[in-house]
Amino acid sequence: MRAVLELAGRHRLRAWEALPWAAALAAFFVFPNHLAFGTQLLITVLFALSLDLVLGYAGIVTLGHAAFFGAGAYTVGMLAQHLGWNEPLSSLAAAALVAGAIGLASGLVLLRTHGLTLLMLTLCTMALLEEAANMGARYTGGFDGMPGLGFQPLLGIFPFDVLFFRSQYLYALAVLFACFVVVRVLVYSPFGQSLTGIRENLLRMHAVGAPVRARLVLAYAISAALAGVAGGLFTQANAFVNLAVLGLDRAAGVLIILILGGYGRLYGAFVGALAYLLLEHALAKAYPTAWQLGLGLALMAVALYARNGILGIAASLHRRLGGRRAA
Amino acid sequence: MDVASVLLGGFAAGMVLFIVSVGLSVTLGLMGFVNLAHGGFAMLGGYAIALSMREWGLPFPAALALGFASVAALSVVLERLLYARLYRASELDQVLFTIGLAFVMIASVTLAVGPETQTLVLPEWLRGQADLGFIKYRSYSVAVIVAGVVLALALWLGFERTRYGARIRAAVDNRRMAESLGVDVQRLFTVTFAIGSGLAAVGGGIGAEILGLDPQYPLRYLAYFLIVVAVGGLGRVTGVFFSALLIGVLDFVLKIYFPKGGAMFIYALTLALLLWRPQGLFGKRTA
Amino acid sequence: MRAPLLETRGLCKSFGALEVARDIDFRLERGARHALIGPNGAGKTTLVNLLTGALQPSRGSVLLEGDDLAGLAQAKRVKRGLARTFQINQLFRGLTVLENVCIAVAERLGVGGSMLRPAGKRADVIGEASRLLEMLRLQGDAGRRVAELPYGRQRLVELAIALGLKPRVLLLDEPAAGIPSAESHILLDAIAALPADIAVLIIEHDMDLVFRFARRITVMVSGAVFAEGSPAEIAANREVRAVYLGSALDA
Ligand SMILES: Nc1ncnc2c1ncn2[C@@H]1O[C@H](COP(=O)(O)OP(=O)(O)OP(=O)(O)O)[C@@H](O)[C@H]1O
Ligand SMILES: [Mg+2]
Repeated sequence: MRAVLELAGRHRLRAWEALPWAAALAAFFVFPNHLAFGTQLLITVLFALSLDLVLGYAGIVTLGHAAFFGAGAYTVGMLAQHLGWNEPLSSLAAAALVAGAIGLASGLVLLRTHGLTLLMLTLCTMALLEEAANMGARYTGGFDGMPGLGFQPLLGIFPFDVLFFRSQYLYALAVLFACFVVVRVLVYSPFGQSLTGIRENLLRMHAVGAPVRARLVLAYAISAALAGVAGGLFTQANAFVNLAVLGLDRAAGVLIILILGGYGRLYGAFVGALAYLLLEHALAKAYPTAWQLGLGLALMAVALYARNGILGIAASLHRRLGGRRAA
Repeated sequence: MDVASVLLGGFAAGMVLFIVSVGLSVTLGLMGFVNLAHGGFAMLGGYAIALSMREWGLPFPAALALGFASVAALSVVLERLLYARLYRASELDQVLFTIGLAFVMIASVTLAVGPETQTLVLPEWLRGQADLGFIKYRSYSVAVIVAGVVLALALWLGFERTRYGARIRAAVDNRRMAESLGVDVQRLFTVTFAIGSGLAAVGGGIGAEILGLDPQYPLRYLAYFLIVVAVGGLGRVTGVFFSALLIGVLDFVLKIYFPKGGAMFIYALTLALLLWRPQGLFGKRTA
Repeated sequence: MRAPLLETRGLCKSFGALEVARDIDFRLERGARHALIGPNGAGKTTLVNLLTGALQPSRGSVLLEGDDLAGLAQAKRVKRGLARTFQINQLFRGLTVLENVCIAVAERLGVGGSMLRPAGKRADVIGEASRLLEMLRLQGDAGRRVAELPYGRQRLVELAIALGLKPRVLLLDEPAAGIPSAESHILLDAIAALPADIAVLIIEHDMDLVFRFARRITVMVSGAVFAEGSPAEIAANREVRAVYLGSALDA
């Protein structure tokens, strides 16, 4: 059966999948002066990718994903500031652990609900963390955050601070790649398939005997840990952390990025982040209001006409062109 | 500050929250439509009211009527043209669409009027202090409270005593059942949406002195409006009224006594409450 | 005496003031071919929901082989062999037909949560799913998204998913509704091919199908069991004819 072959080969790597990574490496040589921007881009891709796992695959609509980005960012910041724990890799692991634990704990209670209540609860959880970071000024630096953090050389060899864009860029790329491999393996596994099932039809998923809540909580926690890694990278790359890592702006921003790129298709995070950050870079500083207007219109258009984002449009164009050739 | 004036301040804030949020609650209950742009209607109304008074010298009541009518009309247009396409869409699409709409509203207002905060030029009779017998308090806040209570009573009567209200209640409780009894829920929604948006506009204007009024308003207070609705229970006028009062007073009190941790307390409380009763404090448990 | 495979005792359910299940005592034996009939709104679907744990009864109990299932979640009941189809298709519409069935098979085999090996490498899961599709003559549609199929074919996917769970008790809620009559034999053949020892309960309005299939029939009216017996007894029952069969048979 053709369908069996298709399903059996679906997880195999395709040639074009090398493209983003090749492009990222090429950018390293071609744009040596824009590597700081490149690092932010890679971090954003990772954050959006983590959201894709819960939103695109498991279908959990959350307005509070920045909670985990922020948890990771503050973990790295506080470890460096107060404990002098500033070895990059291990502090990143700590960020994943803390964010994952928060994801697990909040997921256990939140994911009993759905719809508007769930939306509200994700929002409240994030706001709660934001207020906590604001209040615990002794530990978090409050409103001003923690500026001027220092980190040890990567692996003890490569110098690591805001001035060394090159090692940072490659470091962020390597971390993104490792996380991407994790997500890719997950989404093509039976676990990933069952998340898609939950998204597509909850009622049926219960009726085939799947432990729905456990699956959701697990996916939520893994996604939170990955978002925590993104947040940790953010702190390391910028050498500071402040309340902006936790706000509604960031949560809505990453949602928008993923949607614009196309959710539930892994590479949407890449395309969305690239398009969004480039446009933002070009427009937001000079014409902030026009940027917001355009963004708003784009979101409305996506919701009304192009639910699958840029990649979705590309896929349907491809299908149409391919179809015509075949005919 | 003494207890009475703290309570009055909290009541006034609660009334504003009520007037703005009540429409959101009813439309959510009716159609399950997650309208994150609701605060945008409040802001647009606030601008219409503040500007028409300042630029055209419209008297306060006339400006309120204008704000109500213009925003209600705008909302009908938006509802028929755009919202209506998304009733069957996923929650995610609704969230995106309405966030996008909120952005558009924010940006348009910034472009047209500018980013600065607008102030309401209050008429003479609302400035100064009102003597309530036991206390002297800002006439304006007292007027807001009176307006809120009157409105709540009117809405309550409309809900409980008119056929229109009965239809809304039936549709909120069980949409399928209401439809099979011949209620045109779609029509009901359009009208309710318009009234709710108009009320939000009035709330945006009246509340300008309390919540402030600038282009960032829709997103800044989004969480608060949603909390009021979620705590009050979807589609319940009385529920929204009490939850708005509760949140208003709590917020006011906490801001005075714990200027830094107040909001955190409210979020934590909401979290705990919704975990305990997902249907809200005053909502009915469905199924 | 062995306890019946599935049994309810004094099962009651009400939605507000509406009583949709009144004191239902119902038994399903091993190997049963049992039909549940009754007018619209009689409470047939509600009974299935109570059996599978999708709804909690207001009173009374559901027993599987004599064990009370009270408080047991839906998923756990499925693991104990209780599977159902839905009156209105509940499918993973965005996924292919093959994937729809694979999800069910993977859950039954207990590999639905495994994270490392790709789903595509689970030859056992895919093999079993495609055999089911062949049996239901769906192999030609295996690679198509469910949403693209005509409704009648989707009904068969609904059945394939339930069969993928290898149930001991199979609850079919109007499985033939929406299937073109030319294709309804596929459904009947599939049901006929089921292992003899599994119990099948079918809710159906098509009396032809009911009388061809069932060895026992229960009639429900307004939430209560109105009559129960062999097909011959039910067909001969005057009152049943009056409240229900007459109209259905004449139609
Ligand atoms: N969730 C619910 N809330 C309120 N009433 C309900 C609910 N589910 C079902 N009902 C009502 O319970 C009664 C029985 O419904 P049920 O679906 O069990 O009937 P049925 O026998 O399966 O009918 P049909 O042949 O039309 O499928 C109906 O009157 C229906 O409107
Ligand atoms: Mg039914």
